[in-house]
Amino acid sequence: MIGLVVVSHSERAAEGIVEVAAEMAGDTRIEPVGGDGQGGIGTVPDAIEAAIDAADGGDGVVVLVDLGSAVMNADVAIELSDAEAVIADAPVLEGAVNAAVAATDPSATLDSVREQAEAARGMTKL
Amino acid sequence: MSGDGREDGATVVRAVAAVADRLEDERAYLTELDSAIGDADHGGNMARGWAAAAEAARELDDPDPQTVCKTVGKTLMAEVGGASGPLFGGSLVFASAELDDGLTPESAVAFAETYLEKVEDRGDARVGDQTMVDALTPAVHTFKKSIETDGLPPLEALAKAVDAAERGVAFTVPIRARKGRASYLGWRSVGHQDPGATSTLFILEELLATAADALGAEIPDVDATSPTIPDDGEEATDASAPDPEDD
Repeated sequence: MIGLVVVSHSERAAEGIVEVAAEMAGDTRIEPVGGDGQGGIGTVPDAIEAAIDAADGGDGVVVLVDLGSAVMNADVAIELSDAEAVIADAPVLEGAVNAAVAATDPSATLDSVREQAEAARGMTKL
Repeated sequence: MSGDGREDGATVVRAVAAVADRLEDERAYLTELDSAIGDADHGGNMARGWAAAAEAARELDDPDPQTVCKTVGKTLMAEVGGASGPLFGGSLVFASAELDDGLTPESAVAFAETYLEKVEDRGDARVGDQTMVDALTPAVHTFKKSIETDGLPPLEALAKAVDAAERGVAFTVPIRARKGRASYLGWRSVGHQDPGATSTLFILEELLATAADALGAEIPDVDATSPTIPDDGEEATDASAPDPEDD
């Protein structure tokens, strides 16, 4: 099963996004991670790496990220982690919801889940 | 570069302490540079991060150079905010993999090249984008050439690299930023010195000063220019390497 990680500069934002996505996630592992580790805004590669390892069930992990240095830090974390992980180039909340749905498909792969997350880039609301 | 890994490790710990002191001294200057084109946090972030890194390095028990570099990189990743954490810290963690067999002229070149490659990839920046890559690239190229082609002693090669970095910092002033927060300023970024290139130069200057001190030598009075014209690259050690430039 494909795991998911949601990275945000705000720990509470990451937890909130996971709360929304988990509604659709079945028993998919979906881990929130964020904040600078000292109660402030930011992201830390070590914490992201730990979240990736926690989300990994052996088939890989799709990582959703918010902005700027969160992308670079997720990139570092993926390189450090033994798990197979990819960043989805997608809006973080919509992408997480899409990925959660895609991950419940029994034939889901790392690529299929990432593609579904990235399909959220084209979502319109009105 | 004595072959005694512990002694070299202790030298690297001293170098990290020297960098931390220097960045604390330059905190206001780096902040001033960054307030012109960025968010005015580079001086504080670097001073705080390197102070924590120096402390973490000091607490290691008799480490080899690789362990020191990895510890410093990990600490910077955790303590330096924004993009500087992954750029300075992450690159150091990955480059430290080149020091498996300790610190030698060859491993130092490999370390420098990997560090540059990681910064370029992570930051998606190339020479001319008004970033730290503009200081790093001439420094790494000059160091590699000085060691591999000219066969210079490591201290002299490092001194040339520092001069090359200084020229790179000056190059960031009259060009337009293409990466990082300064790029949002468009043409208004022209005329400003890049803070990340500047702090990269300060780090290299302290590495040079510490290396000279460890060897009991004066800092060599050299510059990055080469006195001789290469004779058809016969001396080049990697003439068969593919051109790494844009493809």
